[in-house]
Amino acid sequence: MNVEVTLLPGIGVRKDFALASGRRIGVITRKDGANELIVSRKDDPDATQASITLSNEEAAALGNLLGTPQLIAQLGEEHRDLPGINTRQLPIREGSRYDGRALGDTTMRTKTGVSIVAVMRAGQVQPSPTPDFTLTAGDLLVAVGTADGLDAATKLLGNN
Amino acid sequence: MAESALALTELGAVFFALGLLARVAGKFGVSPIPFYLLGGLAFGNGGVLTLGGIDEFTELASEIGVVLLLLLLGLEYTATELVTGLRRSWMAGIVDLVLNFAPGAAVGLILGWGGVGALVLGGVTYISSSGIVAKVLTDLGRLGNRETPVVLSILVFEDLAMAVYLPILTTVLMGAGLLGGLEALAVSLLVVTIVLVVALRYGGFVSAVLDCQDREVMLLNVLGAALLVAGIASELQVSAAVGAFLLGIAISGSTAMNATRVLEPLRDLFAAMFFVVFGLATDPATIPPVLGWAVVLAVVTTCTKVVTGAWAAGRQGIGWPGRLRAGAALVARGEFSIVIAGLAVAAGAVEGELAALATAYVLLMAILGPVAARVVEPLARTTIGRKPAL
Repeated sequence: MNVEVTLLPGIGVRKDFALASGRRIGVITRKDGANELIVSRKDDPDATQASITLSNEEAAALGNLLGTPQLIAQLGEEHRDLPGINTRQLPIREGSRYDGRALGDTTMRTKTGVSIVAVMRAGQVQPSPTPDFTLTAGDLLVAVGTADGLDAATKLLGNN
Repeated sequence: MAESALALTELGAVFFALGLLARVAGKFGVSPIPFYLLGGLAFGNGGVLTLGGIDEFTELASEIGVVLLLLLLGLEYTATELVTGLRRSWMAGIVDLVLNFAPGAAVGLILGWGGVGALVLGGVTYISSSGIVAKVLTDLGRLGNRETPVVLSILVFEDLAMAVYLPILTTVLMGAGLLGGLEALAVSLLVVTIVLVVALRYGGFVSAVLDCQDREVMLLNVLGAALLVAGIASELQVSAAVGAFLLGIAISGSTAMNATRVLEPLRDLFAAMFFVVFGLATDPATIPPVLGWAVVLAVVTTCTKVVTGAWAAGRQGIGWPGRLRAGAALVARGEFSIVIAGLAVAAGAVEGELAALATAYVLLMAILGPVAARVVEPLARTTIGRKPAL
């Protein structure tokens, strides 16, 4: 991606790039540390349709939301060289019996041999969760294991 | 009432009135500067009410106001930004200078105020208000627009031009004539270059000397340094304001941010005093005779700024709506026009009518600027939209 960096004297720095649709999207980092998400207008690529101020926390959450598929793809890529090892996302659905319980309670590793390498929650990634990590509905577990193991894990969490 | 009690009461009344005016300005989303000027006009010579006994304080406060205005302007920029901005915008900057200095200078000559009057009035019509422009761009959510860097680079050029213009003006106002002016030009160019080089190479050192975690120490350090540098610069006839501006440029990074944070309220206070003092010194009765010229200047220099911005944006390959936005964004004049007129009036080298004309002009432009920036878009859309599609 060809990110263009433009100095805005007295204000900060703008980093943006053109999308395939012709729009520009980017971020303005202000001197005082504030972030602004900018999206250009469709009919006038010089103008911004929206410029949204984000707190650091909000910016990180948005970044994670958008970066998640990338993360999964990257994990898959890393495991491709290991034959028989796969990566899969397993959701904790609404009403799941593990909602509100510790990760250790699933006894995932003992029963299926599958490792949970990360939990994604509300756009934030919790890497290497410990067995006492409490799960909630809406969490996405990033699981690594054999195809059979992952099928068993899917069944174990009650997602068919 | 005892003298000090009277002074306190008057000062309190002035600040309180300014607070109310700023609030009204905030309601309408416009700059408070024209309101401060109006406040000054109302309380000054020939106004509704004349204040006395606080001249000494207000005079000094207004000078500190100018120093702080320029210091914070310098703090906004890093030397790198100035150098890259200058490299990118020098052509647009020169077009801007020629197109917008000329109308003021011409009117100065027509009204028979001579070379000095022309130099002053040219400066008044030339320089856009970085404060108003930056606020308008932020308010309208245009920071991400492609024409915005063009606008900001022109502002950078103007601010650097001030650092060269003010020393010349100070020398000429003191009656040193052409030769003295040229000498001041040489000195100020040299000083600006040295400061830029020092700031680029050793900016960290200057910042480290002034930096401190403690707010109180930081405030005293930076304010002390600014007044010292301003005083010395003034003694060397480089103009106090320019000294402060250059100090601001030399301070960089987190020190600049902290300094801005502690000095901002002080600047607002003292700069407000500066505008009031300027208004106080102007007799409202002198405004109506020059109002016609102020309107002429307002119309002409609105057009010249729009042309400047549009031309500069066009060179960067920006489309028509963006070009017009860039032009309209530059229209506002404000604090620095008054700084220039204020210097001239304080030196007593120009006619009283010049102050009246400058006041009327800035009143018009400070209000017209943000309005122009807002309406140019829908206006451009309707006119350009009506043209047959190509």
